[in-house]
This record gives sequence, structure tokens and C-alpha cells, in this order.
Amino acid sequence: MNQTGSDNKYNLTLGAKSQKWHEKAVLGGLTLNGLFAVVVVVAVFGFLLQKGLPALQEIGLKEFLTSSRWMPTSPNPGYGALSMIVGTLMVSVAALVVAVPWGVGTAMFLAEVAPGKIREFIKPTLEILAGIPSVVIGFIALVVVAPWVARTFGLSNGLTALTGALMLGVMALPTIVSISEDAFKAVPNEYRDAALALGATRWQTMIRVTFPAARSGIIAAIMLGFGRAVGETMTVLMATGNSLALPMQEFWGIKIPNYLASIRTLTATIAIEGLDVPWGSLHYRSLFVLGAMLFVLTFVINFVADIVLNKAQGGE
Amino acid sequence: MLKKSFIAIVVMSLAVFSLAGCGGGDAEKDYIEVRGSDTMVNLGQQYAEAFMDANPGITVSVTGGGSGTGIAALINNTVDIANASRAMRQSERDQAAEQGVDVYEFVVGQDAISVIVNEENPIKEITMADLKKVFTGQITEWSELGWEDGGTITLYSRQSNSGTHVFFWELVMDSEDWADATMFMPGTSAIFEGVVADTNAIGYVGVAYVGDGVHALKVAEHEGAQYVDPLVRANVDSGAYPIARPLYIYTNGVPEGVVLDFLNFMLSADGVAVLESVGFYANTPAYDQQNADTFRDLGIE
Repeated sequence: MNQTGSDNKYNLTLGAKSQKWHEKAVLGGLTLNGLFAVVVVVAVFGFLLQKGLPALQEIGLKEFLTSSRWMPTSPNPGYGALSMIVGTLMVSVAALVVAVPWGVGTAMFLAEVAPGKIREFIKPTLEILAGIPSVVIGFIALVVVAPWVARTFGLSNGLTALTGALMLGVMALPTIVSISEDAFKAVPNEYRDAALALGATRWQTMIRVTFPAARSGIIAAIMLGFGRAVGETMTVLMATGNSLALPMQEFWGIKIPNYLASIRTLTATIAIEGLDVPWGSLHYRSLFVLGAMLFVLTFVINFVADIVLNKAQGGE
Repeated sequence: MLKKSFIAIVVMSLAVFSLAGCGGGDAEKDYIEVRGSDTMVNLGQQYAEAFMDANPGITVSVTGGGSGTGIAALINNTVDIANASRAMRQSERDQAAEQGVDVYEFVVGQDAISVIVNEENPIKEITMADLKKVFTGQITEWSELGWEDGGTITLYSRQSNSGTHVFFWELVMDSEDWADATMFMPGTSAIFEGVVADTNAIGYVGVAYVGDGVHALKVAEHEGAQYVDPLVRANVDSGAYPIARPLYIYTNGVPEGVVLDFLNFMLSADGVAVLESVGFYANTPAYDQQNADTFRDLGIE
């Protein structure tokens, strides 16, 4: 199957020997672009670390990671970020639980099943969804979704992790749909034809052939959706109540995340306190530590996903 | 094509913004930018509308965000006036001085921070000590305050960039830690909506925001003292209501031109009428005297 493909590749490399100087310049420019992206990422992390390091030295990483008392303006300041880290992870993971089945299903429908007219209608609608400002979605959370959550679960108010996760799920949806749809579309039609010719039904073709072939693209879509959820600020700030209590409850002696409790995310804290913090103070620097944590969080998750992905592909 | 025009729009808007930023020092300024206290944002907008009606051709833009946000903008020299529901801290004054920004303080009126509960809540009064216990988490059930059928208290607070948050925290809570379960809301209206919807809620807002669906608790300075109603102006004038505060206007440099006109309007009888229609209380003679002293020191009128 790869025979013709590798032949083409080979021919292209042969042609490279006779490159003209301007072709080399273009290739060099592209390489520079690629390197520059890496430089920017490293520079951002370096900046966060450089700004945050004095706070890390003075307070110690241990307090940030193990305490949940965040009171930087108190006469006896506390800089524990544990409940914010837990809160951020909770809403982001739950947002994916909402958005992944929904988004991948929608993408599969759009790419494999939907007639042209329906697709023409759904795609632009999803794009509009992507364009709604997060403050508007936050307001909807505040006045519509939160009261609904409160009624459904018999709470006195609905500003909970669940409310935030539902909103973030909806917000991550357009990203996940459009990238996984591209992944489905990128699967060559020959695959589908071959499966159908072997007697597979359309459903079997979708699940056993198209889906595995598009898997790496779908995982990329999920990772981007996760990034959207982790980084989102305004919506969670409005929807989750921003309480600093550790959102855990005992359940048969095991501590599990409590989605019906109010939480505060790392991003919300930076947004709330970054506006009026005295520049250069310990409080200011500790906000950069939170930023660096956010960076590490997304980096680790992307890294793990990458490893999983490579392993899955290597196994084939 | 689309991308090109997008880039063009971005470049053009950047150019326009940077030009607009340069206009700050013009003598014939015809706009005023005001930012700050969320408690005062409605008030500021009413002032601006009344002032613009009387002075066509002048634009006053008022945005909220919180006293801390407004003061930070003043320090960064991006606004003409900061509204603040707390006094500027010495550290903020020092920063402004470092940035070369001269800041002058005026008082436009008074506010009684009102402790609000849901209208179904039978409790009508509270002492300062109990209020502190509620917000620090030592009292967590309404039954401890005498409402036997009440559930667990839900705490609604403003965020740390709010002047109201800082004032309440320092005055009522002696800067002790907020209860873990305290919810930090992005604005006064979010607290109000929360308390309207939540029978077990307690929150605090500027007196002008007390409306249908909630009632304001009477507050006593200490056990045995009289419970004082924040909705009565005389209680604030006399100093009997314990959580009252002045509402500040900070100007970027000595007020002159339209900024001075606007300041004079806010302090005039027309301005006071606007202030009272929004629901805040007029200055006591002491605050008027303080303003007059500042005017005299600056040599303006």
C-alpha cells in the first residue's frame, strides 16, 4: 500500500539535490519559523520562572503544592495553591468528559454521515459557538445553568465545579469537532472502499477502519480542547463561585472530588488578583508561580498524550 | 484575502489606539476616562450622563472592575479619574509617585456597606462580632443565629480587587482569613443575584444596591448596643452605623479643564441630586470641608 507513496518521496529527495539558492532560502526560512516557535515557548516559561523564582525561594514549592490556604494579602500571608490546582484539573477533565463524546460524535457525523445540506448548516453554527465571548457564556452560566444545577441537585446555589465544567465542555466543543472532522476527512477514501468491498457495514467501517485511522488527529483535537478548558478564565470565574475550600469529600473512606462544591481555578486567581496587585511584591511574584504551574500542567498532559500516542502507533 | 484584511484591521486599530493614547496631554481635551469601583459604576455613569447632557461635545466614559483596578489604572497613567470605595493605600501612593503620577483625593459621598440576606430569612439584625464569626467560618449554620429552620450559611463576598472587599475585610474581620467556603463573586450585581436566588445566603453590597428580593440587616457595634439600620441616612451621618465609608474620587494630576468641570459638577447640588437618586448619601459638612481644603491647597476653584 505504501509502495507508490515512498516512491514519490524518494523522487522528491532526488530533486532536492538540484535545489536553487532561493529554494534553500525558503527552506531555511521555514526552519527558522519552526525554531522560533520553540524559542517563544521556552522564553515564556523562562519569563514565568524568572518572575516567580523569588517567590518560590522565599515561600518554597512545598507550601504552594500542599497547602490550600491562599491569603496573600493577610498580615500572616498564605500561598497554598493546592485547591486551585485540584479545581483546575477537576473542571478541565469533566469538561472533556462532556465535550469528547459529543464532539467526536458530531465530527464523525459531519464527516461520514451528514448530507451536504445538514453539514452546511451545522458547521457555521459551531463556528458561531466558538465566537461567543467567554463573558457571555459565563453570564449564561450565572443566570441559567447555575440555578438549574441548584434545583436539580437540591443545593442552595449552583455555583459549582459541575456548572463550570458544563460550560467549558460547550466551549471546547467547536475546537474538538473541527479538528477531529479534519482528521476523519484526511482518511483516504480507499480505506473505506476497501472495508466496504470486504463486506463490512457502514457502521463497522466507521468504527473499525476510519476511527482508528483518524485516531492521532482525534487525540490532537482532544488535547487542544483540554488546553482550551485549562486556559479558560472568565467563564469559570463567573460560574464556579471561586471558593478556596478543597473540593473533596469522603466517600466510603476515600477522598473523591466533589463536583457539587464551589471551586477556584488557577486562571481565575491570576485574573482576579493580577489587576491590582502591587508590582514586584511577593504576592505579584506568587501569581507568576501560578502561571508557571498552569504551564507545567498543560505541558505534562501534552507530553503524556504524546507518549501514549506514539506507543499506540508503534504497536501497529 | 480574509487573513490580509484581518491583519490590516489589527494594524489600523493598533495605530488608532496608540494615537489615542498620545492625546492625554492636550489642552483642549474633550473626553474624560473614569475607571474603578464597581459599587460606584452606576453612580459614575449617572454623573457622566448628566454632565454630558449639560456639556454637549464632551465625552465621559465610565467603566468598573473594582477600586483596585481603577487605582492600578491611575498609577499606570491610563485614566483621568479613579473611583474608589476605599482609600488609596500608602504603597499605592508610593507607586504612583514612582510612575510620576500626582494623585489628589476628593470625597463625593457616603456609603453604608449593607449586609444583605434573602427576603425569606427571618433574621433582621446582627452584631459586628457575629458578622465576623460568620465570614471567618466560626458560625456556619443559621440556627446558631436564631433561625432554627435555616440551613448552612452560604457566604457571598467580593473579590480582592474590590474596595468593598478590602474595607469589609479590614473593618469587620480584622484582616482575618475568610471562611474556606466563601464564594468570591466578580461584582456587586453577582452578589445581589446570588442572595436573591439563595435562601441561605449572606452577602455585602453598597447601600444603593439593596433592592427587591433581599433585606439589609441592622448592625450593632457590640452586644447590647442598638441595632442600626443602614438604609437611614442619619445613622451614617452620625457615625452610628458601624460599616459606613466615604466614596472617593482620585484625579490624575491637579484637576484642570474638563476634569475640573466634571469634578465641580459632582460636588455641586446637581451632582448631589444624582448621588441621592442612585441611593448613596451626601457628604457630611466635614467631608465638604475636606474637599474645600484640597481645592484651596491646589489653588483651583
